[in-house]
Amino acid sequence: MRPVPWRPARLLARSPQTPTARTLVFSVPGWPGHLPGQHVDVRLTAADGYRAVRSYSLAAPADGERVELGVQSVPGGEVSPYLADVLPVDALVEVRGPLGNWFVLRPGTLAPVLLVAGGAGVVPLVSMVRAHRAAALRGPLRLLYSVRGPDDLWYREQWADRHADFDLALLYTRVAPPGDRRGPERITARDLAAAAAALGPDGTAYVCGPTGFVESAADLLTGLGVDPATVRTERFG
Amino acid sequence: MTSFSPGFQGRGRRPADRLPPGQYPTEQFPVLSAGPTPKVPTATWEFTVTTERGATHRWSWEQMMALPQEDTVHDIHCVTRWTKFDTHWRGVPLDVFLAEVDTSADFAVVAGHGGYTTNLPLQDLRDGRAWLVHSYDGYPLSPEHGGPARLLVPHLYFWKSAKWVRGLRLTHEDEPGFWEGAGYHDYGDPWREQRTWGD
Ligand SMILES: Cc1cc2nc3c(=O)[nH]c(=O)nc-3n(C[C@H](O)[C@H](O)[C@H](O)COP(=O)(O)OP(=O)(O)OC[C@H]3O[C@@H](n4cnc5c(N)ncnc54)[C@H](O)[C@@H]3O)c2cc1C
Repeated sequence: MRPVPWRPARLLARSPQTPTARTLVFSVPGWPGHLPGQHVDVRLTAADGYRAVRSYSLAAPADGERVELGVQSVPGGEVSPYLADVLPVDALVEVRGPLGNWFVLRPGTLAPVLLVAGGAGVVPLVSMVRAHRAAALRGPLRLLYSVRGPDDLWYREQWADRHADFDLALLYTRVAPPGDRRGPERITARDLAAAAAALGPDGTAYVCGPTGFVESAADLLTGLGVDPATVRTERFG
Repeated sequence: MTSFSPGFQGRGRRPADRLPPGQYPTEQFPVLSAGPTPKVPTATWEFTVTTERGATHRWSWEQMMALPQEDTVHDIHCVTRWTKFDTHWRGVPLDVFLAEVDTSADFAVVAGHGGYTTNLPLQDLRDGRAWLVHSYDGYPLSPEHGGPARLLVPHLYFWKSAKWVRGLRLTHEDEPGFWEGAGYHDYGDPWREQRTWGD
């Protein structure tokens, strides 16, 4: 088996998702393709040769040399503020991947799938939603997406453009938009109950976000009787 | 030479000799697990070692706590690229368990609650290089970090330090564990950057 190489990645475009989150689109010659849910390591090099590496999820299904990431700028962070606001368009970073063969949605899955996202945890899950939209054969897919408030919502065009067999619920934790009947609160068993029941014996749940969010959402699912072996998690740190 | 990431300055320069290649130091204690966190009560907890001939040795929580304990301090290295210096643990050296076991096996498959497995050469669990730990920083190990007890094998990437550990199965053949079957390196030496297959 050959090692996964580092490849130069050229920044083609950057666009805002929220006031602090960005979509970055790179061109990566020789990119071998990937599955929804996988991630890359991004490597930055300073003028004196110092290097820093962090992991970022792939936000879109495989599309030739095009690689899309979603980066939340973390205050005081070493890498994310640089990617979000400093790296010039047309400049290079290095990427290594695709990585992660567990937190993936295999194409052609017909069993029910439940995605539970907290904050930036939506990145690998939107890739699954996009792959589902493009699939000829597909089972039911449901996304529960927890955000602080309407300003923190990523991928708005994606949610505006619903497709068959896909169901979305937005869960606001601090500020809810007018008309939201749920009101702002953190994710509860009530939010997950129907989705957990709809998973049935063959379904799979994918939970992604900050560690605290993943811990509580995964605990709620198993508390609702979902088999822990069918719950896959990705913790962002 | 092409230049990458213009204008990137970075924060820390690596402390000489202590940071393996491609790692960054963190003060936090991030969590990497493939699924939900199992809740394992110590009342029914058990640690087993099963030899290649099928003989099983068992320790209850009380028996394990009555074994000789060690306080031990290590740098730990996660394949997701964080390194945490000087982590403080308390537990039982694996040598203490293995001293009671008659085996000629070369490998061990470590099993954790929740279905997790990881494989290692048995040699890597001997000679004071591996522990079954139940305390971190003076407190009982919390569930998300593998409590009530996890393996600690600090010279390998941290996925080898199985959380919620419940037993070892000793084998003649090397059998890939959970992450090792999903693309991670079979051995996982952070100093040789053995992250994925082929590294
Ligand atoms: C598999 C995986 C996939 C991921 N996917 C994504 C993704 O799609 N999108 C995304 O945005 N993130 C993702 N992450 C998280 C990402 O890898 C980084 O952890 C995140 O961007 C923060 O990195 P940073 O270098 O900006 O912050 P860091 O420098 O690592 O710091 C993180 C926090 O700790 C504080 N801190 C730590 N050390 C110090 C210090 N010495 N001095 C001062 N402050 C310190 C910082 O202030 C900051 O708040 C993923 C993580 C994993 C493991």
